[in-house]
Amino acid sequence: MEVLFYIAAAVTVLATLRVITHVHAVHALLYLVVALIALSLIFYLLGAQFAAALEIIIYGGAIMVLFIFVVMLLGPLAVEQERTWFSPTAWVGPSILALVLLGEVGYLIASGDHPTMAVAEPTQKAISIALYGPYIIGVELASMLLLPGLIGAYHLGRRLSSEARSC
Amino acid sequence: MIDWSHTALTIAVMLGSCLTLAGMLIWVERRLLGVWQERYGPNRLGPGGCLQSLADMIKIFTKEDWIPPFADKAVFVITPAIVVITALMSFAVIPIAPNFVVADLNVGVLFFLAMSSLAAYSVIIGGWASNNKFAFLGSLRAIAQLLSYEVFMGLSLMGAVLLAGSFNLSDIVEAQRHQWFVIPQFLGFLGFFMAGLAEAHRTPFDMPEAEAELVAGYHSEYSGMKFGMFFVGEYLSILLLSAMTVILFFGGWHGPWLPPVVWFAVKMFGFIALIILIRAAWPRFRFDQLLSFGWKVVMPLALINLLVTGGVVLWRAG
Repeated sequence: MEVLFYIAAAVTVLATLRVITHVHAVHALLYLVVALIALSLIFYLLGAQFAAALEIIIYGGAIMVLFIFVVMLLGPLAVEQERTWFSPTAWVGPSILALVLLGEVGYLIASGDHPTMAVAEPTQKAISIALYGPYIIGVELASMLLLPGLIGAYHLGRRLSSEARSC
Repeated sequence: MIDWSHTALTIAVMLGSCLTLAGMLIWVERRLLGVWQERYGPNRLGPGGCLQSLADMIKIFTKEDWIPPFADKAVFVITPAIVVITALMSFAVIPIAPNFVVADLNVGVLFFLAMSSLAAYSVIIGGWASNNKFAFLGSLRAIAQLLSYEVFMGLSLMGAVLLAGSFNLSDIVEAQRHQWFVIPQFLGFLGFFMAGLAEAHRTPFDMPEAEAELVAGYHSEYSGMKFGMFFVGEYLSILLLSAMTVILFFGGWHGPWLPPVVWFAVKMFGFIALIILIRAAWPRFRFDQLLSFGWKVVMPLALINLLVTGGVVLWRAG
């Protein structure tokens, strides 16, 4: 099982690297889909089947389709322009920040206080009881946040009547 | 410990029968369409013409496999594989009979939904990579269609899941020992079947490939076996839709006298014939009709269905 974990983790990291370094927007998004699928496999290996399935349905399926939809509609892709933006100087800042994080991870591994891989298996039932029990306020707040978004999208997308458009 | 030989045998049987059935369905569809349109259909090769699919397959392998120079080559090539792989992966969680399933996942229903949402990439990316305006229009339609059916597909499934109290497909079938879920969940069944037709790009929801308007839609530029993969993928998704409908709403393998596998096959064939009859009888919907019908009619009905089912389940539990 640990071999599978390392393979999935390597795929995730490599695919995510390609997302950042690819100059072609649609290809980069396809790499992101691959990264999400590999991430879902990691969830599955950790015993979180429910999270693994939702990862693909919501992120891999719904949200990435919308991203690709928008990027496709932007018309001919400016690959050359992306390439000029992708100069070595643009690398410096993010690389330093990533190195800091890498140092932290290295320190955590070296300090020997790393958690083991196998955690308790969170079933759908346990997740639901937790969500609608102690964390009900979070669920309600999230739904309150989504409702204005929905109403706002409806307001922006509504079709104006002819007299409203003329004035 | 998993019984590897049993699993390997099940996988082999499932793969073999799915691919064979998908190939045979091409002939079955043409013959049945012939019956309903009062003509013969292919009846020359083999008894009743049943070797027609084999001949088509041999022919399609000898066709030129052309990749257009203006296409995005890498993406263009992997796309047909996505259709077939996602459809075959979904069959891993389909229980044909008790103990006859590749992977009895606890999240079987969600796995099916996940694979069906990944299958949409084949259409979207295929149409885009072809770099052809008709193919691209087909994939744009596919995305808009996907956004409207995927929501109520999940919602209309949930009634059956609530009644069975499990996401596991074998448990759902077992819960229908005394009463099929189509009776308490008739609205859910209608919504799911509609979404399934849209998912498989079948009439009346075949706008992404609408051959009267868009040449062949998203697979206009595909030829040879790559087109064959799209074709087989479509029939695999018809098989999958019939199998899922039987499992979720029509009691799976349950039935008197006959062995479970036979019952499953009989029910599945009934739905396949129904899907072909729909193609023979109905015209294609206009594009915006599916969107408004999906969001304004089916989606509220699915929500109400879910609410009432939840209420009844709670009331029964006391």
